Amino acid sequence: MGFIWFWLVAVMIVGYVVLDGFDLGVGVLHLFLPQNEAERQVSLRSIGPVWDGNEVWLLAGGGTLYFAFPLLYASAFSGFYLPLMIVLWLLIGRGISLELSNHLDIGVWHTLLDRLFGIASALLAIFYGAALANVIRGVPLQADGFFFLPLWTNWMPGANPGILDWYTVIGGLVALVALTLHGALWLTIKVSGELEARARRIVRPLWMVLAALTVVSLIATMAVRPQTLDNYYRYPVTFIVPVGVIASLVGILFFNRKAQPVRAFLSSSVYLFFMLAGACWGLYPTLLPATAGSGPDITLDRAISGPHTLAVGLAWWIFGMTLAVGYVVFVYSRFRGKADATEGGH
Amino acid sequence: MTAELIHRLHFAFTVTFHYLFPQLTMGLGLLIVVLKTVALRRGNPAWDRAAHFWGRIFGINFVFGVVTGIPMEFEFGTNWAQFSRVSGGVIGQPLAMEGVFSFFLESAFLGLFLYGGSKLSKRMHWFSAVMVWLGSWISGFFIIVTDAWMQHPVAYNVVNGHYEVTSFWGLLLNPWALLQYMHNMTGAVVTGSFVVAAVGAFYLLEGRNQEFGKIFLKVGVVAGLIASIVIIFPTGDLHGKYVAKHQPVAMAAMEGLFHTEKGAPIVLIGQPNPETGRIDNPIVIGNVLSFLIYGTTGAEVQGLDQFPRDQWPGAQPLLYYAYHIMAGLGTWFLLLMFVSAFLLWRGKLYSARWVQWAVLLSFPLPYIANTAGWMTAELGRQPWLIYGLMRTSEGFSHMVSAGNGLFTLLGFMGLYALLGLLFTVLVYREISHGLGAATTTEPVHTAGM
Repeated sequence: MGFIWFWLVAVMIVGYVVLDGFDLGVGVLHLFLPQNEAERQVSLRSIGPVWDGNEVWLLAGGGTLYFAFPLLYASAFSGFYLPLMIVLWLLIGRGISLELSNHLDIGVWHTLLDRLFGIASALLAIFYGAALANVIRGVPLQADGFFFLPLWTNWMPGANPGILDWYTVIGGLVALVALTLHGALWLTIKVSGELEARARRIVRPLWMVLAALTVVSLIATMAVRPQTLDNYYRYPVTFIVPVGVIASLVGILFFNRKAQPVRAFLSSSVYLFFMLAGACWGLYPTLLPATAGSGPDITLDRAISGPHTLAVGLAWWIFGMTLAVGYVVFVYSRFRGKADATEGGH
Repeated sequence: MTAELIHRLHFAFTVTFHYLFPQLTMGLGLLIVVLKTVALRRGNPAWDRAAHFWGRIFGINFVFGVVTGIPMEFEFGTNWAQFSRVSGGVIGQPLAMEGVFSFFLESAFLGLFLYGGSKLSKRMHWFSAVMVWLGSWISGFFIIVTDAWMQHPVAYNVVNGHYEVTSFWGLLLNPWALLQYMHNMTGAVVTGSFVVAAVGAFYLLEGRNQEFGKIFLKVGVVAGLIASIVIIFPTGDLHGKYVAKHQPVAMAAMEGLFHTEKGAPIVLIGQPNPETGRIDNPIVIGNVLSFLIYGTTGAEVQGLDQFPRDQWPGAQPLLYYAYHIMAGLGTWFLLLMFVSAFLLWRGKLYSARWVQWAVLLSFPLPYIANTAGWMTAELGRQPWLIYGLMRTSEGFSHMVSAGNGLFTLLGFMGLYALLGLLFTVLVYREISHGLGAATTTEPVHTAGM
């Protein structure tokens, strides 16, 4: 049961990153890619009908994590209290500025909200990457499984790290570049004309940065937490994960050059999937490692809910997520094709 | 201030602000379905445009509800970690179900409803409206189930100090949840219908959008009358009796009943004084409370004196006032809607300006009543976090200091003050020029919602 729920939660996180990832990426690109108001509108319109549905994956995934691994939820959320509150403010600011910039056409305010949307999207991407890196690196856990990380830092990932050190900053950058690229590929599907061409041209430089950062982050991970490789050596077949990362990276560039935007976007989704799955597999069965010298790791066995809770949960989860995936497919197929710049909203 | 108090204020503040939005979307969702249904059956384009107009207001509310709702889920972990650790296996379940069963449904069909007007058939568009309404009501159900378990824990087992679900249906069909749900949803319909009626009254008083003003006023008053009746009887009555049975100390505190009495009176007006243990400046009607709770005028009602002081709800006067404000406003809703509906029936409502003024000015009152009702439920639960099982003082995050809690609380206050202002401006703009254009698809200077 623990194994199943570990991967179900991982799937929900991947679902969130792949889906909300592209609208975060569009948010980042929104800062510099569109050259005029019409292009700005159409890039927003490419995510308009779906962004809050994408964000729902965060809530559903959070809820699933909550009841399947209550100790992890309680420990991580109170331990990362301050950064999570900032994430909340960014999520609120981002959602509202997107909504408002569509409703308020008052010159300066409109521009301000537009920029706020882009900046909040970029900061969120960085935060998510840094958060994952924090989880991989470990936190100073007490015996009862709780901890508290302050915002300040000396940039060193030692026994008492802050939320930002050189390792987690790399994580943040990987996420920023990966999601921006993901967003650019989404735009090549959804927009046309000059904006589409510009989105396609930006893929290559972003790709080169991402490829370099990917390599750096893999090496850094092994330096910070060498036991990440243990599971891979134990089951060598799982070296398919790094192979998948490389193959999907190649796929992005290949399909983008051949002007097959959907396939390029799917490659980018596969890249995100393998990066996250690889991290999860490197951790398993630990959920939140302790830094050297602190208390015991939070492991799956320690954090998991009782068997009846999980059995009941599995029944409705399968039913509910089948429905949910149905809606998602339905909505995306309804809004298939290029985003329409001329058509009215509601 | 202690860390416990800060964490309580943190949750109370964020949830109170959040609840301003879903109570309207849940009520309005139903009214939009009514408008769309009439439009479809009678082929009346005016009703379709009315639905379209309220769809825009719904959309704005929905986004504010979503963004202010995300903190709620986080706060269980960030601010109430000790509580989450022991009870996550139970209450995490309905919270996750809310996400899986309701948010996906609601967000998917809201996208279709708001953006798909020209891409969908008329029936499909109607169907989207129904799904959005259903989604919002399913969402409310799971939240009430979560809260009801804290009010009245059922279907659980204690394993290694953690609460585990023993019966899935027992958890979902908690009698407390069903009663609270009916009462709560009716409250949302009251809010929705008062807002719709108030905008109708506003248009009629301003002398523009007359056709829509009449539609809004009619729909709002009819729905408002029904909801105002149902919220008192049977839902309020049943819920009150259940509280009296299972949380008698909360009921005694709500009513300001310090001493156990046979033929207990109901307090209409008066200030409770916990120091002296009596009501100051009271106006009471004898025997009514006994009758309301037990159906006979002579029944004995337990007063606060029956319970040890450390089990009294901490903020007893606040609880008492919240409850009396809720009940008092409920009476006003019934009165106002009864008069309006009577005038509507006699064909005089559209010219009765004083009633229109009363309807217009009453629109904030359901928000106040619902907030007061929520405070009644939650303050009545104190000092328990999970009634009878876990005290509030045992549940907050011990790793998060009062200072950090206060810092983020102030952050939320600042942010929400700004949001409230922006929301008001946005909705006012929608109302002031929402129905001006004569086409269903308005010229687009903006993308999206």
